[in-house]
Amino acid sequence: MGAQDGAMTDSNKLPSGQTRIDSIEMRGITKRFPGVLASDHVDFDVKSGEVHALLGENGAGKSTLMKILYGMYHPDEGQIFLNGKPVSIASPTDAINHGIGMIHQHFMLVPTLTVAENVALGLPSSRGPLTDLDRVSKRIVELAGIYGLKIDPDAYVWQLSVGQQQRVEIIKALYRGAALLILDEPTAVLTPQEVDEFFVIMHQMVKDGYALIFISHKLHEVVEISNRVTVLRNGKKIGTRPTSETTKQDLANWMVGREVDFAPDRGNIQRGEVRLKLEQVSCGSDRGTPGLREVSLEIHSGEILGIAGVSGNGQRELAETIAGLRKTTGGHIYLEEKDVTNFAPGDLTERMLSYIPEERMRDGMIKDFTVAENMILREHHKMPFSASGFLKLKNISTHSEKLIAQFHVKTPSQETLAKNLSGGNIQKIVLAREISRNPRAIIAAQPTRGLDIGATEYVREQLLDQRKRGAAVMLISEDLDEILALSDRVAVIYEGKIMDILSRQNATRERLGLLMAGVQSGEKTPA
Amino acid sequence: MISELFSVTVLIGILASGIRLATPYLYASIGETFGQRSGVLNLGVEGQMLLGAFAAFFVALTTGNLWFGVLAAMIVGALMGLLMAFVTVNLHAQQGISGIGFYLFGLGMSDLLFQKLMGTVETVKGFPPLKIPFLSNIPGVGEIFFNQNILVYGAYLLVPAAWFVLNKTTLGLKIRSVGENPDAADSLGVSVARVRYFTIILGGVLSGIAGASLSIALLNVFQQNMTSGLGFIAVALVYFGGWRPWGVLGGALLFSMVNSLQLWIQVLGIPIPSDIAVMMPYVLTILVLVATVSRVRAPTALTRPFERED
Repeated sequence: MGAQDGAMTDSNKLPSGQTRIDSIEMRGITKRFPGVLASDHVDFDVKSGEVHALLGENGAGKSTLMKILYGMYHPDEGQIFLNGKPVSIASPTDAINHGIGMIHQHFMLVPTLTVAENVALGLPSSRGPLTDLDRVSKRIVELAGIYGLKIDPDAYVWQLSVGQQQRVEIIKALYRGAALLILDEPTAVLTPQEVDEFFVIMHQMVKDGYALIFISHKLHEVVEISNRVTVLRNGKKIGTRPTSETTKQDLANWMVGREVDFAPDRGNIQRGEVRLKLEQVSCGSDRGTPGLREVSLEIHSGEILGIAGVSGNGQRELAETIAGLRKTTGGHIYLEEKDVTNFAPGDLTERMLSYIPEERMRDGMIKDFTVAENMILREHHKMPFSASGFLKLKNISTHSEKLIAQFHVKTPSQETLAKNLSGGNIQKIVLAREISRNPRAIIAAQPTRGLDIGATEYVREQLLDQRKRGAAVMLISEDLDEILALSDRVAVIYEGKIMDILSRQNATRERLGLLMAGVQSGEKTPA
Repeated sequence: MISELFSVTVLIGILASGIRLATPYLYASIGETFGQRSGVLNLGVEGQMLLGAFAAFFVALTTGNLWFGVLAAMIVGALMGLLMAFVTVNLHAQQGISGIGFYLFGLGMSDLLFQKLMGTVETVKGFPPLKIPFLSNIPGVGEIFFNQNILVYGAYLLVPAAWFVLNKTTLGLKIRSVGENPDAADSLGVSVARVRYFTIILGGVLSGIAGASLSIALLNVFQQNMTSGLGFIAVALVYFGGWRPWGVLGGALLFSMVNSLQLWIQVLGIPIPSDIAVMMPYVLTILVLVATVSRVRAPTALTRPFERED
């Protein structure tokens, strides 16, 4: 700690040797895109030694504002002040020269290059036209040492985990002399453990005098890490407050503009007969290793079974096997007592199984089809949508109008191409298609991943409604809060095996956490 | 008869002409390697070679100076490259299609110019063999490697040079990053457009020299469509070589050695139908390409136009 404390007292230098940025202030920033006011006279500022969180729903204007600060967009109105003096930031290069670094949500790394090559890219070399990767590597190790970021400069980026890649991005920014970092949803891709490690680094950087802007829509993270928080909604600033004077509930209401219900009412539902049953089901994975190992479970009518687990432990294989998209290598799947093992997806559709896939853009819809066409994908070949091979356009249109209204899909028209809608609205289309047919069983894989608060709330309500209606719902999620809020029972999957199935009362965070890490709990809980 | 193939003199002959025949492939493939490593597929190599071959031949014939011929081929190649760069970088053209367009343009234009400016097939005295002192006296090896003309030596020197530029210079780093993740390169202030202009024009220059090596160093004539698919083979060799100069060298040598073998088979009058013999290198290329497919991953941004999101 001594070194960092020394750095604090040493005037305005950061540990990297870079001069500190005392403050950056954006005043009256306005940016118009055709048909949209993306940023409406927004004021925002950040100071040395603080984390200022920028919070808002998708499309609220967070990214626009930060792209302006980083020189990627040019504001129509407004001014940026660096340490009280007006500056013009016309390009990312300008931003870098002013000590502003940005960690993009989608990493800007070249996977086939080494860490050192990625860091050196675009910078003049001390050897003229020849690269000076040995010197770059030395400096990387130095910078990494300050924050205990373990990184091998000679490793190829494709070999690194997502968390490590993020460290490379941070080092890249520090190497270029950043004193202010814009972190665009940095935790979206991290596991809970990696988030904790990342926050430790952020704390240390703030202590050392860096200015950090933290963009997120995860409330608990904002509350945990930030000193101040600014909320944007529809391009307008709603307010800025010290984080200590707000609560998660306040922030959520600010973001969405109304009361948000975090713990939807589950009601008391009597569960019915077994709808979906897996008996020692095994299957392979894309890598050729076993995907599922003798998985057995049952889901009853009127029940939500949560599947908890760290990403990549067989969740995808589980969903795909039940949905008929992946062949089993053993075991049996029963849908309403009928053996449907290795049935084709079409036959499962006939038996009223619905599937909300994890990759909604890839598996859930056809991007270049219209909203209406996507609404009928599953049953387009049947009455009332077609007869003797001809599409019944009028019926399709009526049907999709009805669903658009019923599921509150925000779309200019039913003829709009799906790819032009936001993630939340796309998921609503998938939901509408899968739920409106009153399925007997539903597989929902990561149904709220990447959605903002409003859409998440909506999807969860819909799943609870289906449970009330009597459907059997399998909810696969990596979000423990979601699992705990919705599930009647929780199964934990680890390396393709079901570790245990806990009743709602017994499914504490601690127990689930241990099971997710592969630690078998002492006693079994009867389901 | 077959046994004649295995006499020492014939073997040396096969190897020596194999080394020589790799020359145009090397120039063109190394040029194409630069383009593809930066994310641009140039299928117009054949057209660039034809125009280069004509320019070199015509200038050499009229001025009597072979180096002026090479220079003319380089200039013509550079202009073709410039045009290709404009179409792919600025206009975001579909690269496969525009490349074919450039090929057809080169094919037609070189023939038109040939008809208008020359009319009949003529010959020039091309670059003479340049014996490397001492080395050329080594029995066998000397004849195979060190008794070639200057453009042949140049082609082989290009391989380590290309490797060095791609892997040891900041320019090479930029080229590789632009071909893999142009967004990342752009975010770090690397001009994707400038890098691609450079590689496409360099590719054009080298394709031009490849054409010149045919018309004033190896065959010493110009005829309509004299490259007959050689430029397309050069593109295939880049895939074969895994986008690495040394791999490209291996591919070019394999191909030209088989080509040389079939030429000698015909020269010696070995009773294999000549059509079959001529097909050998091409069949081999297909077989080898199929066998080596997905051994190395192509540059991720290959054929992808770059546009900044706004």
